[in-house]
Amino acid sequence: MKEFIKKVGFPRFIITVFLIALIILAVYLDIPLPGLLSDILVRFGMNAILVLAMIPGIQSGIGLNFNLPLGIIFGLIGALISIEFQLSGFLGLFVSILIAVPLAAIAGYFYGKMLNRIKGEEMTVGNYIGYSVVSVMCIFWLVAPFSSPELIWAYGGNGLRVTVSLESSMAHVLNDFLAFNIGNITIPTGLLLCFALFAFIVWIYGRSNKGLSMIVAGSNPNFAMSNGIDVDKQRIKGTVISTVLAAIGIIIYSQAFGFLQLYNAPLYSAMPAAAAILIGGATLKKANIVHVVVGTLLFQSLLVVALPVVNVIAEGSMSEVIRTIVSNGIILYALTRKEGETA
Amino acid sequence: MDLLQMKNISKYYDENKVLNDVTLTIKEGEIHGLVGENGAGKSTLMNILFGMPVIQSTGGYEGEILINGEPFTPTDPKDAMDVGIGMVHQEFMLIPGFTITENIKINREITKPTVISKVFGKTLEKLDYEAMAKDAKIALKKLDMSIDEYLPVAGLPVGYMQFIEIAREIDKTHLKLLILDEPTAVLTDTEAAKFLEIINRLADSGISILFISHRLEEIKKLSDTITILRDGELVKTVSADEIDIPEIARLMVGRKIELTQMAEDNRIKKDEILLEIKNLRVNMPGEIVNGVDVTVKKGEILGIGGLAGQGKIGIANGIMGLYETSGTIIKDGKELPLNNPREALKSSIAFLSEDRRGVGLLLDHSIEFNIVFSSLEIQERFLKKVGPLKLIDNEEVRNHVLKMIEDLDIRCTGPRQHTRHLSGGNQQKVCIARALTLEPDLLLVSEPTRGIDIGAKKLVLDTLVRLNRELGVTIIITSSELGELRQISDRIAIIYGGKLAGILKPDASDETFGLLMAGESIEKVVD
Repeated sequence: MKEFIKKVGFPRFIITVFLIALIILAVYLDIPLPGLLSDILVRFGMNAILVLAMIPGIQSGIGLNFNLPLGIIFGLIGALISIEFQLSGFLGLFVSILIAVPLAAIAGYFYGKMLNRIKGEEMTVGNYIGYSVVSVMCIFWLVAPFSSPELIWAYGGNGLRVTVSLESSMAHVLNDFLAFNIGNITIPTGLLLCFALFAFIVWIYGRSNKGLSMIVAGSNPNFAMSNGIDVDKQRIKGTVISTVLAAIGIIIYSQAFGFLQLYNAPLYSAMPAAAAILIGGATLKKANIVHVVVGTLLFQSLLVVALPVVNVIAEGSMSEVIRTIVSNGIILYALTRKEGETA
Repeated sequence: MDLLQMKNISKYYDENKVLNDVTLTIKEGEIHGLVGENGAGKSTLMNILFGMPVIQSTGGYEGEILINGEPFTPTDPKDAMDVGIGMVHQEFMLIPGFTITENIKINREITKPTVISKVFGKTLEKLDYEAMAKDAKIALKKLDMSIDEYLPVAGLPVGYMQFIEIAREIDKTHLKLLILDEPTAVLTDTEAAKFLEIINRLADSGISILFISHRLEEIKKLSDTITILRDGELVKTVSADEIDIPEIARLMVGRKIELTQMAEDNRIKKDEILLEIKNLRVNMPGEIVNGVDVTVKKGEILGIGGLAGQGKIGIANGIMGLYETSGTIIKDGKELPLNNPREALKSSIAFLSEDRRGVGLLLDHSIEFNIVFSSLEIQERFLKKVGPLKLIDNEEVRNHVLKMIEDLDIRCTGPRQHTRHLSGGNQQKVCIARALTLEPDLLLVSEPTRGIDIGAKKLVLDTLVRLNRELGVTIIITSSELGELRQISDRIAIIYGGKLAGILKPDASDETFGLLMAGESIEKVVD
């Protein structure tokens, strides 16, 4: 048993046991299980790419990219522009991504340059850059020259809405693509395939000579330098890829969610993503696709199952409280581990 | 009357015995010189005497210490201070922003009561700067220093800092034994001369001095008694009148060299020059190279020796371009671009770093990845093209690594094992395998046997010799262990003060090596 716990990892063991207990409780409380499972699949698909964005950061040595909001902002801009031009369906989705990616890459490049000047403090600084960027963008959302009635306040004037509905543009395009039912469980095929595609890209990159240079630069900068690798360049590369994935991630997330969330919403995106990959078994130095899949699945399942269960046996928004405790708790736990140890 | 007796002191760090049955006796008022190479155990002995925490945290020591005939078991530097032992460290332990007075009186400040302290206790008393300055002045005067005691320490010449450290120690009223760890290393010659004079005066006033130095001349001139340590063992304690400098050097360096049967030397010696280094300067912290000229012949093993901190380590790091370097390096008639590790590797130079775990290995990656990575990165081997991407070819990697594991006899659970869990010797073999995979014609090896147990040491050295003999790889080996250099090198360059002190044959006498390493000029040493 001890061996087993050691192999699975203590936090994963605890969370899995807790999750199983919740599911049993849910069955006992007559909460329909197929609904829960469908929800888990959707929430997994919509969050997984944001979690995937953590990988290049960890691999290139900047640690957890707490500055996901930077990429998210440009994802949102991409989506807003495509709506402004009244694009919908897959076209809207692709145009959003097409606009978001170059913008995010440029922003990631400059952010990477900055991170090279503050080595060792990337996670702290990233957090605060994230806050600052979100605040600056709050001003931008207010003055941005969008005019589509979908985007601006219903009473006209300047400024974007807090939440923009995607109902008439790209809501659920991926979720519904090739979707099918097994019994009462809906499988969001397009969404899962989309994650699989990006996960495959990240995985294959990690096996290429370029990706290996980046991974080596992240895991031992001195070793990398003595092998002729420009460590700073690799760190910028990791930051750019992470930022771009965040931009794509939020577009996928939003189409599944059905709404674009502006203003302060991006603030709360980095913590759950960081927590998920750490729950999955990643460390501040090492992360792979398995960590993303396991972590996202555990973390999102916990939230999905906890919500109805807690609502039956307790009052109010307990699930939000649990989410906060779990995500911050696991980050704290991971940060107390020594380098190389898994959380 | 013996002030201090250390009897049969032994100390282990993990499995390594760093001190073996060392006995040291210091009489009242005598100046006792302590000499030995790096790693001879001098610092460990002093750390034990001074009760440094590192000793307790690594399992304490064996043996007995007596002060004035009373047993003394130091567990904290404060214990040592309480019985009247003062130490001037090699690195200055002064607070730069504080004045000279404050530094001298630190933690022993003279205070006077105030209204607040009468209520809240002694810790809130006010500093009595006048009284403190007066004491500081007296202490400085004993050292012939006429410097304003209110000056901050930051910005003073290093010579002054050294004197302030000593002033701090002699200001302690009950100081009986003053330990000086390489005190003259940072002083100019005139400062050093003055310093030695003052030490003599202190000894006359009844304070015993334990003087640690590499400068044998100083030791000989100053000391009453000299103790020589080598490899953690006491070689000899002798009155300074009865021994001359060459003899000290010989005792310090000489060791039973086990000349193992090396692979047969059937190399055809050519005079072709592989590498020419001119006026090499490397800014490596702690190992600064200050203008070295040396040529390396094709197919030879060149040893680079010298004491720690003299710059020998800097040479290989400079050639690889890992630290800021200037000068000229010519390999195979072509000038090597400086400060560019990639170009160095491309010019068929491979490097085994002295910092094996820090620079030489990816500790949390597999053995196979460690072995092939340099070659993959620099020569694009072990890759297969898939569309626009070049992916790592696992099959080729596995085949190569299995062969390496067998060839070098790397003890592991398999090629997927992480290098963190290997022993020092096997880690070093992984590094060698990585270098070999590059198929270099010049191999730079730094401290290849540091932190490796005796058995594995021999294996590592044998492997290097085999590479040289069988594959014709030219090797530059840098090591603090003169013994191993003499065992495998064709020529040995001794570095002192960042410069080449001289090149010796491995069969030159212990005495010659000792003197050259202690900074004597080659002309003076050879005849």
